[in-house]
Amino acid sequence: MEEVKATMAGNVWKIVVKEGEQVEEDQDIVILESMKMEIPIAAEEDGTVKELKVTEGDFVNEGDVIAIIES
Amino acid sequence: MIRRVLIANRGEIAARIIRTCKKLNVETVAVYSEADQQAPFVSMADQAYLIGPPKVNESYLNIEKIIEVAKEREADAIHPGYGFLSENGQFATRCREEGLIFIGPSSEVMKIMGSKIAARKAMQEAGVPVVPGTDGAVASAEEAVEIAQSIGYPIMLKASAGGGGIGMQVVRDDKELKKAFSANSRRAETFFGDGAMFMEKKIEHARHVEIQLLADEHGNAVHLFERECSIQRRNQKVIEEAPSPFISKQTRNKMGETAIKAARQIGYTNAGTIEFLVDEEEQFYFLEMNTRIQVEHPVTEEITGLDIVKEQLNIADGRALSIVQDELVIDGHAIEARIYAEDPVTFFPSPGHISVFDVPDGPKVRNEIAVRSNYDVTPFYDPMIGKLVVKGADRKQAIARLKEALSNYHVEGIKTNIPMLRIIADNEHFQAGNTTTAFVEQYYLPEVTQKKEEKSWKK
Repeated sequence: MEEVKATMAGNVWKIVVKEGEQVEEDQDIVILESMKMEIPIAAEEDGTVKELKVTEGDFVNEGDVIAIIES
Repeated sequence: MIRRVLIANRGEIAARIIRTCKKLNVETVAVYSEADQQAPFVSMADQAYLIGPPKVNESYLNIEKIIEVAKEREADAIHPGYGFLSENGQFATRCREEGLIFIGPSSEVMKIMGSKIAARKAMQEAGVPVVPGTDGAVASAEEAVEIAQSIGYPIMLKASAGGGGIGMQVVRDDKELKKAFSANSRRAETFFGDGAMFMEKKIEHARHVEIQLLADEHGNAVHLFERECSIQRRNQKVIEEAPSPFISKQTRNKMGETAIKAARQIGYTNAGTIEFLVDEEEQFYFLEMNTRIQVEHPVTEEITGLDIVKEQLNIADGRALSIVQDELVIDGHAIEARIYAEDPVTFFPSPGHISVFDVPDGPKVRNEIAVRSNYDVTPFYDPMIGKLVVKGADRKQAIARLKEALSNYHVEGIKTNIPMLRIIADNEHFQAGNTTTAFVEQYYLPEVTQKKEEKSWKK
């Protein structure tokens, strides 16, 4: 199981996967937006998206868990 | 006659524009969002008007609201600054429809320069060298591989609608190209709703050198020499200087003349900048044209003694340029360091509460600032919170002043890139003028990694 974490503080701009979806390593899970910068947050391993902890528009802090991937 | 200007922007550039307006006895109207109620620029203006919530679409990009305020407050002109609506042709058109002077070029010119493909074509027609590459979108990975044969590797793959480095990748062979083509096209589709890709020859060991132009409505145009802006992270500039430590006098003259010729041909007016890539042999290639004031304009002001905002107002007022090319000379050397609220290693934004904000003072030290002590930096806008500009009789003296000023720059409460700027100012390659666009990857990041291992790295 992998916790996908925010690498910076910002707003969840777009969620690009659905719960239950199969994802590959390096595939984008969400795109965060902060200070005019959009940062894609990707899965670090192959697996299934077990849970999305955020919705679009949410504010997250650096280190917050965004999604859980089950391998 | 411009008597009252509305500034459709925020932060340090709004403050910068207000300062010149005050000197010229021009009244100022600031507009601001709910996130900027405590911002220094709001209290500097003669009048300030809250235009909406923090989100840019509801405030700084709200064309109709800004025009409504301008009319209600009886402004004669709108200065768009940089970013936001500054390169929005539709905004310029709407201003003119409402009888407001838009401080910038015509909307037609803005529209051409806003499209990568149209801008490239216009520049080719004006005799400006462009980077070898495709003139339009590339249909598929297979077609890309075919085109790569004629351009030659390495190749820079770019999303047509791209910005901020997204959808952009260097590829060195067919295999890499195929993989990168679909990945970047998909990413561009997600980000910009447009997956169209084009290809350019990657210029190795390139420098980013740009020419500042001023052109009036009477057909006069001058260039204010170049700025070297090669040191970048995430494809955004960090340190800029004027003049370039690299190009020769002949190249400078040739680039300046080429830029003036291009400006005349497209009917450019007001202040503008043509960005070029310059290779090791000093061959230069058109990159893009910015139809507005640039963040880094102060280094040009420092070496020419001109106030570019003042020139913009004069041109917008229909006056002829007061200077001719032969009178312009380079006096000394100026360097600008951008202060960003961000992690100095990952370059990720770091919004939060600034408890202490102390800027350096001293001879030939200029500060352009957006914040102050006891102030919240919000996640809604650009991470740049200030610019430090220094000048010396020569580059060596400018660097010495930069180092001294950076050692006296104190920001507490959030992460900033000041530790990065200090390392760069101390770096022997920077001091030798070895500033290519690969500088951060080639010299800065390895040095930080080493310092971290030695535990001599202080954030």
